[in-house]
Amino acid sequence: MAIKVQIPTPMREQAGGNAEVVVTGGTVKAAFDDLLRQYPALATKLFDNGKLRPYINVFVNDEDIRYLDEMDTAITDGVIVALIPAVAGG
Amino acid sequence: MPNNNAVLGLKCRVCGKLYGKTAQFFCPDDSGPLEVAYDYDAIKPTVSRAKFAARPRNMWRYRELLPLDGEPTVGPQVGGTPLVRADRLADALGVERLWIKNDAVNFPTLSFKDRVVSVALSKARELGMRMVGCASTGNLANSVAALAASAGLETVILVPADLERTKIFGTAVYGAKVVKVAGTYDQVNRLCTQIVMKYGWGFVNVNLRPFYAEGSKTVGFEIAEDLGWRFPQHVVSPMAGGALIGKIYKAFTELSRLGIVDQPVTTKMYGAQAAGCNPISDCVKSNRERHKPIRTPNTICKSLAIGDPADGYFAAQLIKSTGGWAEDVTDAEIVEGMQLLARTEGIFAETAGGTTLAVAKKLIEQGRIPRNEEIVICVTGNGLKTQDCVFDALDEPSTIKPALAEFEELAGLAAETREPALV
Repeated sequence: MAIKVQIPTPMREQAGGNAEVVVTGGTVKAAFDDLLRQYPALATKLFDNGKLRPYINVFVNDEDIRYLDEMDTAITDGVIVALIPAVAGG
Repeated sequence: MPNNNAVLGLKCRVCGKLYGKTAQFFCPDDSGPLEVAYDYDAIKPTVSRAKFAARPRNMWRYRELLPLDGEPTVGPQVGGTPLVRADRLADALGVERLWIKNDAVNFPTLSFKDRVVSVALSKARELGMRMVGCASTGNLANSVAALAASAGLETVILVPADLERTKIFGTAVYGAKVVKVAGTYDQVNRLCTQIVMKYGWGFVNVNLRPFYAEGSKTVGFEIAEDLGWRFPQHVVSPMAGGALIGKIYKAFTELSRLGIVDQPVTTKMYGAQAAGCNPISDCVKSNRERHKPIRTPNTICKSLAIGDPADGYFAAQLIKSTGGWAEDVTDAEIVEGMQLLARTEGIFAETAGGTTLAVAKKLIEQGRIPRNEEIVICVTGNGLKTQDCVFDALDEPSTIKPALAEFEELAGLAAETREPALV
């Protein structure tokens, strides 16, 4: 399955300069596994001791995964996964 | 452009790494939030009580502790709002010493947001930006639109579509491009983050946020100065994104560190939210490590309706570390709070002010805030913007013919002089 992960600008260097990376996987977790398999340098940017860093929000087609099934959220072909810093607003 | 060497740069609040003074809002290493860092040793010999007091009474009298490189160019008259000794309200709440920090009369748009926006837009100009904007629950929209208009900047403002009419039209009147988004504030905020990352525009509460948030410190500076350069024992602040409460406390710590106030900061900080959107107060009360976001806020207090507050973690930590507490109140309690403040002190606050007042009342009744110590309640916005919320709680005024007898009858006057048939 082809899923696109959108990479924020400061992480693109670790993603081969790409703004979007095509990955496969049936869940958000599987998609991340594939993303890190392709670009291992992203691991420390996104995860701390195996847990997603607290100031990164993950959206599946504009829906926050914390309101879905978190990392177990099921995804299908054509879905866009966006990584968005969580430090704005107020 | 001059360079203010006392402003060191932007420091990550997670890993501590220092970055330059640019429109960057998160750490590239861990995505943590950035905060302005100052060289306090360099600032100390340049500030004094007398120097502050000799300047005009507005927020820029504390300019050494604000993150601009040059002089402020937007909002030179913002701030300097009254700290009102509230004896009638104190009697009603059964406490001894109480003050209202009244930003309902802040200039130009009647909320504390004018403070943060004047810093953010002055910084935007230093950075050479022409297009500015924000995600807003209303007050910020008004403020960005007005101050950007005064500076001749182009403005785009995104708000949740269900916002109060007053706040939407009170933004459009300044010529700003207003976009209503069918979604919650958090969805608007996420969209704005995507716009900023793609187009690099100066959104005050996104990529200018580290500078912007510093403006809130001036609430704390003014409270301390108006108390005679000392700190109150208790401060009750509303919480939306959770930044204001932390910046008031930061202001106190800076004044103490610089020797402007010669006492350590022992102020207890209390946070106020609406029951229909209480991620931070819930975090405190449930002793969670991090707040649980609220997907769909449901409260009349739209200006505090942020379900996933960016500074939620820091606000909750601050409240716990200072020995304060947080509470949340129902919509009915919010309206009662607005009326109580209006009827005891003649101050018409918006729903957020009603929330803060009602939470203060609750905390006093719970014994969390002692009745015999000094309390400051922060009112951050004006009731004229949220009038719809109080209409139902008020009696419709009576209408009479322009006749003295009708007035006397209505007012219950001189009944004994009237014919029985008329009474």
